[in-house]
Amino acid sequence: MSDQLGTQDSDRYREAAPVVHPDSDPDRKPMLVVKDLVKYFPVREYTGLFPTTLQIRAVDGVSFDVAPGETLGLVGESGCGKTTTGRLITRLLEPTAGSIQFQGREIGHLKERQLRSMRRDLQIIFQDPYGSLNPRYTVGNIIGTPLQVHNLLPKNKRKARVQELLELVGLNPEHINRYPNEFSGGQRQRIGIARALAVEPKLIIADEPVSALDVSIQAQVMNLLEKLRKELGLAFIFVAHDLGVVRHFCDRVAVMYLGKVVELGSRESIYGAPQHPYTQALLSAAPDLNVVRGAVPEERIRLVGDVPSPINPPSGCRFRTRCWKAQDICAQEEPALIPRNDSGELHTIACHFAEPKTSIVADAAEVTV
Amino acid sequence: MTTGSETQDMLQPAQSGPNIAQRRGREGKKVGEQILKVTDLTVQFPTEDGLVQAVNGLNYDLQMGQTLAIVGESGSGKSVSSMAVMGLHDTRRARIGGSIMLDGQEIVGASAQTIRRMRSATAAMIFQDPQSSLHPFLRVGWQIAEAYRAHHKVSKSVAMKRSVEMLDRVGIPNPARRAKQYPHEFSGGMRQRAMIALGLVNDPKLLIADEPTTALDVTVQAQILDLLNDLQDEFGSAIVLITHDLAVVAEVADEVLVMYAGRAVEHGTATEVLAQPRHPYTWGLLSSVPSISATGSSLRPVRGLPPSLLNLPTGCSFHPRCDFMERVPGGRCIKELPELIPPESQSDRVTRCHLAEPADIFRDEIAPSLDGSEGRSHE
Ligand SMILES: Nc1ncnc2c1ncn2[C@@H]1O[C@H](COP(=O)(O)OP(=O)(O)O)[C@@H](O)[C@H]1O
Ligand SMILES: Nc1ncnc2c1ncn2[C@@H]1O[C@H](COP(=O)(O)OP(=O)(O)O)[C@@H](O)[C@H]1O
Ligand code: SF4
Ligand SMILES: [Mg+2]
Ligand SMILES: [Mg+2]
Repeated sequence: MSDQLGTQDSDRYREAAPVVHPDSDPDRKPMLVVKDLVKYFPVREYTGLFPTTLQIRAVDGVSFDVAPGETLGLVGESGCGKTTTGRLITRLLEPTAGSIQFQGREIGHLKERQLRSMRRDLQIIFQDPYGSLNPRYTVGNIIGTPLQVHNLLPKNKRKARVQELLELVGLNPEHINRYPNEFSGGQRQRIGIARALAVEPKLIIADEPVSALDVSIQAQVMNLLEKLRKELGLAFIFVAHDLGVVRHFCDRVAVMYLGKVVELGSRESIYGAPQHPYTQALLSAAPDLNVVRGAVPEERIRLVGDVPSPINPPSGCRFRTRCWKAQDICAQEEPALIPRNDSGELHTIACHFAEPKTSIVADAAEVTV
Repeated sequence: MTTGSETQDMLQPAQSGPNIAQRRGREGKKVGEQILKVTDLTVQFPTEDGLVQAVNGLNYDLQMGQTLAIVGESGSGKSVSSMAVMGLHDTRRARIGGSIMLDGQEIVGASAQTIRRMRSATAAMIFQDPQSSLHPFLRVGWQIAEAYRAHHKVSKSVAMKRSVEMLDRVGIPNPARRAKQYPHEFSGGMRQRAMIALGLVNDPKLLIADEPTTALDVTVQAQILDLLNDLQDEFGSAIVLITHDLAVVAEVADEVLVMYAGRAVEHGTATEVLAQPRHPYTWGLLSSVPSISATGSSLRPVRGLPPSLLNLPTGCSFHPRCDFMERVPGGRCIKELPELIPPESQSDRVTRCHLAEPADIFRDEIAPSLDGSEGRSHE
C-alpha cells in the first residue's frame, strides 16, 4: 500500500493545517460554522375530522464549528438528529432555518447547480456498505464518477487515479472492474471511502461508517480513516453511536439529545469531566471491557423510559422528563449551550444544573442509602 | 418513531437523585445443576456451491444460574449452533452430528413432538429482531397468553393475567393497556422487552439470547441487560448470550466461549478469557475494541477476513490470519488442528492453539498496547 500521497496531481493538501488541540487554541479558524440549524419534517396525521400537519423536529437549533484537520464526533441515541445534521451540512437536505457557513460561504440555501463547487470540498460516507454503492456499476465507475462530474482529470488519466485511490484505501488496484457484490462489507466501506476521497475533499461527514462492521473489520477501517486523516489533514464530522469508537477517533465531541446539542467539548472534557446529566448517563450506560480489569466504577446511572417524541418535545430542557435533577426552571426555560463551572471556553453545556460527575455520584449514593 | 401517547408514559416525576444500578458482581452466584451439555456438535449445510461447514465440533456445558457468552465474528457459527440446541434447523437441509443434552433429553435426532415440548417450556430463544418472534398483526398480550396456554391447561383469562404480569415483570409501563396493543405501537426497547416476556412466560430453564441488544442504543441496552440479570437472579435460569460485543461480555457473562470457523478456540471464565486471553484470535478481537474509559493507543485488529466455510484452511483454521504461527516449529499450524487443551494444568480453561507460551506473549507483546490497560499490571 502506498504510504504517502506524493503521486497526487494537485497540492491541495500541502497547506493542510496541523491538528491542533482545540481547547488550547481559542483562535482557531473554523472551516465550517453551523448556527441555529433547524430541520422540521412535516407529517400528516389523520385522527380528527381534518388531517393536521405535525412537525417532526429532527434538528432544532444546533450550533457548532469545525476547524481544518479537526474531527468532531456527533453522538446520541438513535433519532436524536445526527444523520439529519450530516445531511443538512452536505446539503442533501435543505434547512428549515439557520445557517451553514462553509469556508466563509453561506451554503444553507444554495441551488443544486451552485452546490457543485462546495461538494468537491465536502464529502459524505454512509453507514450502509451495501445500500450506498450502485450494484450495477463497477468499482472503477463508482470511484471515477466524481472525477468526471467535477471535471478533475482528463479521461485517459482517470483509471490510474482510481487505481491509486484503491491502493490508498487498501484494496487491490486490479479489482477495478469488479462489482460491489464481489466485495465484503469492510471492503465495500473502503470503496465508499475511496469514492469520497476521489475529489480530494477537505471535510468528510462520516455517518456511522463502521457501525455495520464486525469488530476486527471495524478496527481495520478505523485505522484506515485515521491514516487518511493524518496524511491528508482531513477534517471529519464523525457520526456514531459507539462511544468507544468516537473516543478513539475524535478530537471534539457533541452530544445530541432530541434535536439539540446538550454538551460540546474536547474529547478529554466530554469523557473525562462530563457535566450534562444526559452525557453522564449515556457514558455510564455504555458497557466497558475494562470491568474485567477492575478499572471501572461500580455504579451506573440508569435512565428510565424512552426518549420523548420529537413532534411534541418537552418544554424548556428536553431532557427534563428523564432527569433526576430537574426543577421548575427546567420546564420553563431552555438552558443555553454555554461554558459552565469553569468548564473552559470551548466546553459548553446546556443544563441549568451542570456540574462535574464525581459530585453527582456522591450525591446519588447519599440519596439511595 | 414514538407516538404522542407514548410520551405520556415517559413523563416521570423528577427524582431526588439518579437511578443507580450496580454493575454485576459475579461472585457468590448460585450455580445449579447442569442444564445443557453439547458434545462434538457439527452442523453442515449441503448447498449448490458445496458443503457449508458451519459448526465443526463444538463442546460446552452450562449450569443453571450461569451466563455463557458465545462471541466471534459474523459467520463463526454462533447462531447456527444455538439454533441446533433449540431444534430449530430443518433436518432435511441441515446435517447435524454429535449430541445436545438439554435437561436430560437428547435433542439431536429427537422427534418433532419432543422438540415442541422442550421449546418454550425448557428452553426459549430470543433474537436481535423482535419481528422474528412477535407476530405483527396480533395483540402483544394475546401472543404471550397463547404461548402460556400451549404448555398450561388454563383458561384464557388466567393466561391473559399471566401475560400482563409478564409485561409488568419486564418493566413495561401500563402493562394492562399495553397488552392490548400491537407490536408496532411499541418502541424498539419495549418490543425487545415484550419478546423477553414471551420467551420467559413458561419459566424456561435455559434462555438463549441471540444478539438481543445489538440493534439498541446503549441506554436501552443497559436496561435490557439489567433485566436479564434480574430475571436470572429471580428464576435461576441459565443464559446463553450470543454477542459480538466484548464489552457486553465483560459486563454480564460468567463464562466466555470464543468461536472461530465453527469451533471453540478459547473457553473459560469471563475474567480469564478477557483479562488473560491465550489465543491469538482473542488477542486480535481485544485489540480491535477502542476503549470507552481510556484514550489510548492504536487498534491492532486481526488482519484479513474469516475463511470460507466451504473450504476450511488446513491445520489451525485461524492460521491464514495469525501473526504468531512462525513461533510454532515445524509448520504445525498449517498441518495439524490444535486440540482444545488447558494451557495451565489447573482450571476448566481451554485454548486451541499450538503456541507454547501464550501467557508470556500476551503479557509482553499484547497487553501493553491494549487500549486502557496502560500502567496496570497483568498478573
Ligand atoms: N425524511 C424524514 N421524514 C420524516 N422524519 C424524518 C426523516 N428523516 C429523519 N426523520 C426523523 O427525524 C428524527 C431524527 O432522525 P435522524 O437524523 O435520522 O437521527 P439519528 O441519525 O440521530 O438516528 C427522527 O425522529 C426521525 O424519525
Ligand atoms: N441454511 C443455511 N444454509 C447454508 N449456509 C448457512 C445456513 N445457515 C447458516 N449458514 C452459514 O453458516 C455460517 C454460520 O452462520 P451463523 O451461525 O449464523 O453465524 P454467526 O456466528 O454470525 O451467528 C455462515 O457462513 C452462514 O452463511
Ligand atoms: S495454532 Fe498457530 S496459527 Fe493457530 S492460532 Fe495458534 S499460533 Fe496461530
Ligand atoms: Mg443516523
Ligand atoms: Mg448470528
